[in-house]
Amino acid sequence: MLQIDLWKRVLIWLVCVTGLLLALPNAFYTRVEQANDAAIEIIAKGETPERLEIVDQWPSWMPSSLVNLGLDLRGGAHLLAEVKVADVYAARMDAMWPEVREALRPERATVGTFRRQPGPEDQIRLKISKPEGMSRALELVRGLATPVTSLTGAGAMDIEASADGDILTIQLSDAEKLASDDRTVRQSLEIVRRRIDEVGTREPTIQRQGADRILIQVPGIGSASELKKIIGTTAQLTFSPVVGRGSDADANPGVGNKVVPSLDEPGVYFTIESAPVVTGEDLVDAQPAFDQNGRPAVNFRFNTSGARRFGDYTAENIGSPFAIVLDDEVVSAPVIQSHIPGGSGIITGNFTIEESTNLAVLLRAGALPAGLEFLEERTIGPELGQDSIDAGKIATIVAFVAVLVFMMLSYGLFGVFANVALILNIALIFGMLSLIGGTLTLPGIAGIVLTVGMAVDANVLVFERIREELKAGRGPARSIEEGYAKALSAILDANVTTFITAVILFAMGSGPVRGFAITLGLGIMTSVFTAIFVTRVMIVMWFERRRPKTIEV
Amino acid sequence: MRLKLVPAETSFDFFGKWKLWLGISALMMVVGFASFMYQGLNFGIDFRGGTTIRTESTQAVDVGAYRGAIDTLELGDVSITEVFDPTFEEDQYVAMIRIQAQADGESISGEVIETINATLDAVAPGIKFVSVESVGPKVSGELVQTAVLAVVLAIAAVLIYIWLRFEWQFALGAVAALVHDVVLTIGVFSELQIKFDLAIIAALLTIVGYSLNDTVVVFDRVRENLRKYKKKTLAEVLNLSINETLSRTVMTSVTTLLALISLYVLGGDVIRGFVFAMIWGVIVGTYSSIFVASTILLYLGVKRDWSKPSNTTGNQFANIDA
Repeated sequence: MLQIDLWKRVLIWLVCVTGLLLALPNAFYTRVEQANDAAIEIIAKGETPERLEIVDQWPSWMPSSLVNLGLDLRGGAHLLAEVKVADVYAARMDAMWPEVREALRPERATVGTFRRQPGPEDQIRLKISKPEGMSRALELVRGLATPVTSLTGAGAMDIEASADGDILTIQLSDAEKLASDDRTVRQSLEIVRRRIDEVGTREPTIQRQGADRILIQVPGIGSASELKKIIGTTAQLTFSPVVGRGSDADANPGVGNKVVPSLDEPGVYFTIESAPVVTGEDLVDAQPAFDQNGRPAVNFRFNTSGARRFGDYTAENIGSPFAIVLDDEVVSAPVIQSHIPGGSGIITGNFTIEESTNLAVLLRAGALPAGLEFLEERTIGPELGQDSIDAGKIATIVAFVAVLVFMMLSYGLFGVFANVALILNIALIFGMLSLIGGTLTLPGIAGIVLTVGMAVDANVLVFERIREELKAGRGPARSIEEGYAKALSAILDANVTTFITAVILFAMGSGPVRGFAITLGLGIMTSVFTAIFVTRVMIVMWFERRRPKTIEV
Repeated sequence: MRLKLVPAETSFDFFGKWKLWLGISALMMVVGFASFMYQGLNFGIDFRGGTTIRTESTQAVDVGAYRGAIDTLELGDVSITEVFDPTFEEDQYVAMIRIQAQADGESISGEVIETINATLDAVAPGIKFVSVESVGPKVSGELVQTAVLAVVLAIAAVLIYIWLRFEWQFALGAVAALVHDVVLTIGVFSELQIKFDLAIIAALLTIVGYSLNDTVVVFDRVRENLRKYKKKTLAEVLNLSINETLSRTVMTSVTTLLALISLYVLGGDVIRGFVFAMIWGVIVGTYSSIFVASTILLYLGVKRDWSKPSNTTGNQFANIDA
């Protein structure tokens, strides 16, 4: 009776010790964090005596993973952005238009003259003067289609062309739209990540959420607005031919053209061609600089194909104005003085030094393929986070002590066993959280406090069972044995059901709620482990040593 | 000498007035539901969109002056409340400003926040925004759906688990208790107009978990006693089981409440609503596992002989007193 194999005992204590070791770094949070940061810096930037000294603050043979503190505890900014995937369709159509023109031009004899008609931005509507040539026109346009490059859209073509009388409509096919949406979101994600990395904050979380959303969490940043300035700008740079200049925002631009305002001259509008000569995608570098008058500007360099197109265009259009357009605003519209062959140039405007630096960062990181719409934003100041940590700490300690005292008063020595298990339990939760890189949030602290209260439940079930067995007149060893055996099904059923709710919370929740689900779920696992293994080993070891004739629970 | 909250041997009669208890529960549920229908929940921005700003200043909060300043910005419906908490420092004055969702689907813009900050700074110099949270109406709608779905899924999952582990009568009893707890919690939130946000949904699900924990422990004992005492009536077995587990029920509730109350008092105002929901849930959950779950079980009846196939199939009410 009351046998536990040696290997089981060793295993149980080994798990406890491992848990304690994993949890230990969290007791010296700041010190370990500094040491970890310094170690990363050494890898990235090389060794310095100061960095080595900070690394030595924490012995390297000890585990050094820490529990991540959530935004609500550390302070920082949280943004949920939706990528306006449909933005891309219009750009695709504008890019397609010259191609369509080239395809139809040699067949004027059959299709007649054609003009692009005003219509929805994500379509090309074409009016041809000889409707009887429509089938030939459709054939030509359909010849421009290419297969969709995606797993799900295999076999489908990227554009759809349809005819209605003398109107030919071209638009992206549904399969292509899906593929394009996915590409757009992935590109946006990558560019947001690059921009945040350029600014260099620690441990940002940048994840895709659902089909077209991006979740961004940056600890330590001052406010969500600051973050929005970095990632919210599309930074779509184009070099476009200028058609005209005026002061009417609603002027009719003509098909294939658009009216855009000037960035720093209010009331001035430019009419430019929608299809640009070169775009920001062809940039290989951008650096903040100063122009010949000593005003802040941005230097840029094109890749070879961009340089060639830019060179050709400038050679052919000497004397015409030419617009540098950033996010549909004309930054400047110089007149082309001479052929510019080298593929590099300078953007001047009324910039401050900060603006030119920011613009260079944005251009380097690349343009967002589509605009972002911010659906949710949260800023938590570091003071509030610290207050929450402090309050949470005190509350946890008080809760802990109250439960410990209560258990001891109620169950005596067995209560002490349960208390040791409870302390181990908390250590195990922190150890597991550090191990899986979990995040501790304010509701997460509440989850731990709740676990403190509920963790004793499994022990209480066992102890009450032992009491009943003793009352029924069984001997101490037999009572303990029976107590554990009979309480097991209740413990398992009760905890499995609670665990189910924790899993659902984790799957459905986000942010802080998820943090709560994690600590609750871990707490259930560790409390079952400590109750049915750890306290049992303790009781058995005590029993073997003392061999009491009677026990009181 | 041991601290004993419950005498070693109890024989309370929990079912003598079972109609009364069910009646009280039903009445409370009706009141809770009516309150919910009549005045509705005080939804936080998570669920209805909008912006909350938590301000901190070293000078006392003058709600009137704040309101006067913000009203000039014409942001629509604005509510301002001062927050008091024992954990605050002496010269720490905190207010919560809530602004309704703006017209489009987006969250509030940074410029607007800066304007509000500048405007408030004029009436309360040195005011700091320690947290700003803004949720666009587009997301908040989805959050409501997800939250409701989470609660329904949790209850359904539990129903299936208990059905598999016990019998369907147990599952129904447990779920009735859960619905009872959820309705009463929503009712108390609507009656007291406490802010109802995402964290409260987490609390609701925890209450579901806790209440279930309690119910399952009682049911486990019922199952055991049904096998042990074949001669006793179902009412007697239920009563015996509840009495036998009473000490444990009280112990666990007290330790959990001890922990929660310390968090309620000392944990700061940010999570007070959340903790309140859990305290309420523990009390209601404990009550419901005895007076709702078990009573429903008594009403539905249980197949007594677990080893043989039932001979009363099709008439599940027949063997209440078998």
